[in-house]
Amino acid sequence: MNILKMENITMQFGGVVAVDNLSLEVNEGEIVSLIGPNGAGKTTAFNVVTGVYAPTNGAVWFNGNKIVENHPRRKMKKLYAGKDKTVFNGHLEPTPDKITKLGIARTFQNIRLWKSQTVFDNVLIAKHLRRSSNVFSATFRLNWKEEKKQREETADLLKILGLYDVKDELCTSLPYGLQRRLEIARALATNPSLLLLDEPAAGMNPQETAELTDFIRRIRTDFHLSVFMIEHHMDLVMDISDRIYVLNFGALIAQGTPDEIQNNPDVIAAYLGESEEDSDYSDKPYAVEEEAE
Amino acid sequence: MENINKKKDLIIGFGLIALLFIVLTVLEHTIRPTSILFTVLKKGAIYALVAVSMNLLNGFTGLFSLGQAGFMLLGAYTYAIFTIPVEARAQVYQYFDGGIIQFTLPVIIAMILAGLVAAFFAYLIGLPVLHLKSDYLAIATLGFAEILRAIFQWDKLGVITNGSNLLRKYPVFKSTTFYFAVSGVCIALIVLLINSTYGRAFKAIRDDEVAAEAMGINLAHHKRLAFTISSFFAGISGALLAMFQTTIQASQFKSAMTYEILLIVVIGGIGSVTGSCISSFLFIACSEWWLRFLDNANLNFTSIQILRPGFRKVVFSIVIMCIVLFYQKGIMGDKEFSISGISGFFKKIRNKK
Amino acid sequence: MNFFQANLPYLLAGISTGGQYALIAIGYTMVYGILRLINFAHGDVFMAAGLIMIYAYTIMPLWISIPLTIILTVLVGFSIERAAYKPLRTAPRMSIMISAIGMSYLIQNLALYITGGLLKNYPKIPWISDSITIFGAITKRVTVITPFLTIILVVALVLLIKYTKIGMAMRAVSKDFETAQLMGIKIDSVISMTFIIGSFLAAVGSILFFSNYPGVTPTVGGMPGLKAFVAAVFGGIGSIPGAVIGAFLIGICENIIKGLGWTTFSDAFTFVLLICVLMFMPTGLFGEKQTDKV
Repeated sequence: MNILKMENITMQFGGVVAVDNLSLEVNEGEIVSLIGPNGAGKTTAFNVVTGVYAPTNGAVWFNGNKIVENHPRRKMKKLYAGKDKTVFNGHLEPTPDKITKLGIARTFQNIRLWKSQTVFDNVLIAKHLRRSSNVFSATFRLNWKEEKKQREETADLLKILGLYDVKDELCTSLPYGLQRRLEIARALATNPSLLLLDEPAAGMNPQETAELTDFIRRIRTDFHLSVFMIEHHMDLVMDISDRIYVLNFGALIAQGTPDEIQNNPDVIAAYLGESEEDSDYSDKPYAVEEEAE
Repeated sequence: MENINKKKDLIIGFGLIALLFIVLTVLEHTIRPTSILFTVLKKGAIYALVAVSMNLLNGFTGLFSLGQAGFMLLGAYTYAIFTIPVEARAQVYQYFDGGIIQFTLPVIIAMILAGLVAAFFAYLIGLPVLHLKSDYLAIATLGFAEILRAIFQWDKLGVITNGSNLLRKYPVFKSTTFYFAVSGVCIALIVLLINSTYGRAFKAIRDDEVAAEAMGINLAHHKRLAFTISSFFAGISGALLAMFQTTIQASQFKSAMTYEILLIVVIGGIGSVTGSCISSFLFIACSEWWLRFLDNANLNFTSIQILRPGFRKVVFSIVIMCIVLFYQKGIMGDKEFSISGISGFFKKIRNKK
Repeated sequence: MNFFQANLPYLLAGISTGGQYALIAIGYTMVYGILRLINFAHGDVFMAAGLIMIYAYTIMPLWISIPLTIILTVLVGFSIERAAYKPLRTAPRMSIMISAIGMSYLIQNLALYITGGLLKNYPKIPWISDSITIFGAITKRVTVITPFLTIILVVALVLLIKYTKIGMAMRAVSKDFETAQLMGIKIDSVISMTFIIGSFLAAVGSILFFSNYPGVTPTVGGMPGLKAFVAAVFGGIGSIPGAVIGAFLIGICENIIKGLGWTTFSDAFTFVLLICVLMFMPTGLFGEKQTDKV
């Protein structure tokens, strides 16, 4: 049962096709990774799923419901250069907040915490979308029960994620690793069923990355999540992913389990490269000549 | 420990406010009513309210809007139009046969209506304009304020607005305590809003609206909310201004008025409610009272007449430029005034020694 | 033919005003293109040029006071940038805009103080202030000269930007401020040059403008300044030809509206145009679309 399905997504900016006919699925409870060289279109794909961009062509399904759909319109009709010509008749262009309300949450490649707020408030604000109070009941504090409940939930979440001790610190005073964890905590506060992580291990050393690996596994289980992740740290990717999709120049070049991907020659050529022991230099054109007998 | 400090601050805060009202009442009964002190206090209270309302929009939500004068205009006119006594209408609307509005509303209702009218126009204006980037939003709101001013000076609408003539003879309040009471209640409401979940959502939009949207905060809805609420209070401050001046005219609500309010907000600290209040009183005191000697031509020592009317405003503008350039955070920065803040400040000085 | 004759003075006035707005608008669009700053003080520089001319003329003959006015105005524009904008280059956008507003406030108050609030009469510049008749409509010679002079100056400017080194530097800085700096372009010189050119054109514009008007008041720069900015937005901020087209459009429409008798709304027209542009065509006529990276 797939929780997320991207169907023939093409994303074109002006004359540049950033994502070319991408189709992928995330099944319930899976951890799926999206890898590829820089500029391959990974974050763009994320942005299509979360509603930041409307795709030039294609559709996105969540829990069996179509949430995003578009086809080339107006200027794009002439400019469209994507490979995929599947016709999508509908036009669904929800804003990111609507998609978050459905249960898809994300973190960002460059940390985007709310810098003037404390750790506690960063998470509390993320709960605002689930409120039933309006601006009047909030101002006159008629919503005190709801406020109390959300504050308790925030405290609990911080305790589970090991951030409770620093709850009253300004989020900018946290070390980098904790800031990344806070961003994940904030995303979790929106009660998602699908979590999109954009390079969660960026800037981390091997030990921090190992901790993050356990962390992601733990929250997958504890919060009943499915995880869709962009990442460059291959140890994290290969260790934790159930399946991997590989993107290059906007197009899907491979998909499969970590083992399959590691041994896929296209992927190796485009992105992974080889480790020193395995490679055989004799078939390279610029190899050093063997001494002739 | 945290909570006890906060409670202490709150109680002391309430105590101070009560003290303020007692002092005001005493002053009103002792000093002569035409004293410049009362002018400064009343005008200070009015500008404090509109400055806080602008801070709500600019400082707390990050929406750089320059339309405040337009909303004050709407509020002032709404109040005046609906409270001029029927008998006086023929005199006031002398070029328009008494005007078409021939009834009056009670003062409190007219004041609230002033806020509602301003809020309504803010809602309409906000729809197309709030998603623009900060500089464009500034110019667009400035433009709307100018359009409003032109409309209110238009002869064809004179039967309602009296065209380019003054509006007068509406009920006014002489007591300073009244202005403080109304401003105080309104500012208190804004503070409650800022500390509520919606206020936090506004701050999130200010700090990073992409992240705010990603966390489920609908930008259009919340920006419109901030804009409408801010304009509601700007409208009420317009009504208060009308009362204070006893006559109003559309031509005075120029963009220069918005600039002054903006400067008050900046000097007080963008993002600080108490800062806006303090700087509002300072600004009005300086411009209306304390720097008056700079305009007095009789105080010159040399033959070159440096001190003459207009010098006050020049000195004033230079001081403002210095603050903008060197003290960008303003008087309070983004912090609020509190007793624990002051005692902390003194502790720091003692520790440094 | 009668209709044309009746409205010709307004049309001519419109083309003339349009030219004057264009000279001011170029200053706005260039500064915004490079610094992303709406230079609120630019309209007041225009007004200051008028005042400088008036005071210069009381001491010196015209053939000295005109170049002197231009030089002093350029100095004023340059100093404003150095004093009020340069220190805030790394500050958030709002701070520098507030500084511009504060600067505008200061210049207006200075003008008020120096002139004592009285209207100062602008000197009559011979030849260009003379009345002439065109197609039966009586107007001043300056009305006809303005559009031609404007076009000449604009063409000269476009050539400068396209074919000189400093012009290329300006284009680079407006495309990407940081990278231009990293590539060794002297940012300060480029920015100063921008303000110098803008102030020069504003000075010329003010000479043409005030030959047609009775005098200079401290607040006279506000409206033309704002309208020139709207012209720049309409044409696509950063585009000089766009700003010029926008300025002529506003000048002509504004005067036609006056001709039709709706004088109160001639100012409002500009702002209605602004709102329409921002709603339907935010990048203006020739502007570039900018997408934010998430």
